[in-house]
Amino acid sequence: MTDHEHSHGGGDQGGHSTNYVKVWTILVALLVVSVAGPFVGEALTMQWVTLAAAFGIAIVKAFLVIKHFMHVTIEKRVAHYILITSLTCVVLFFAGTAGDVMNHRGQNWENDAAKKVAEDGLKKSNHGEPPKKGH
Amino acid sequence: MQRPIATTRSVTGIPTGRLAIWWVLASEIVIFGGLLASYVMHRLGHPEWADQAAHTNVWAGAFNTLVLLTSSLTAVLAHRAAEAGDGKKAGKMLLLTIVGGGVFLAVKSVEWTIEIQNGYTITSPGFWPFYYVAAGLHGFHVLGGMVIMGFVAAAAKRGENLQRVEFVGLYWHFVDIVWIFLFPLLYIAK
Repeated sequence: MTDHEHSHGGGDQGGHSTNYVKVWTILVALLVVSVAGPFVGEALTMQWVTLAAAFGIAIVKAFLVIKHFMHVTIEKRVAHYILITSLTCVVLFFAGTAGDVMNHRGQNWENDAAKKVAEDGLKKSNHGEPPKKGH
Repeated sequence: MQRPIATTRSVTGIPTGRLAIWWVLASEIVIFGGLLASYVMHRLGHPEWADQAAHTNVWAGAFNTLVLLTSSLTAVLAHRAAEAGDGKKAGKMLLLTIVGGGVFLAVKSVEWTIEIQNGYTITSPGFWPFYYVAAGLHGFHVLGGMVIMGFVAAAAKRGENLQRVEFVGLYWHFVDIVWIFLFPLLYIAK
């Protein structure tokens, strides 16, 4: 038996009967909605519509690709463990550092430099200053 | 005594090549996950980046998303053809996937040229270094995938190593998923 014949241990027949063009059509429709989201959000002056449309749809699109194109749901469990371990590392990294990066002030510390950069940037944005070339 | 080269790991039940790809993707999750997580936390800590991000071209980003989604379709159709033992069709589908990667990089090049001409470079403060590093690292992965896919497609056309069609496809789908998240982060959230 060749390596290819081992593919998915024979348990992936359901995955390969998938109508891939139909999945692609859904993905494209979701893309259209995510692009339309900012225009709708702006018209309704509700930024959450933009963000929900963009990131909610990104998660759905990624799920569709993972399930139907990568066939992860019918892969052996060890592959799930490998991928989940990696994702856990990323979540731990985010959880351990986000508090310090997202805030410019904590209980016993203050990041004056970051605070100043943010304030100066906002001032420039409000005055509509163009970017400095090469900086 | 001669022993055959292992084609399937008895403990995991996964063919060796595919197991290797999962390990590669696991390391890629940490690389891109770390990069995107860094971007998200900095973006939330710096509201002024919204103004800088407003200069990215949503239409170019959306078009490139369409291109990558379509190339993922051709990659999975190549996999299906390989499963059916049709190496020629698998090779043809992989070539179409490579064309998709080429179109993606061409659009990105035009986009970057315009942005750099407008003064938004990798050394500009705030949003721009993240933008260029994230999109650039992703672009290198697209380029690498295209090169490897070229070798796999050539072999598939000869009916050789058809199992590799699936492996390179898995990698390509992952690159597509990374872009699916980069698109809203860099082009939509403003």
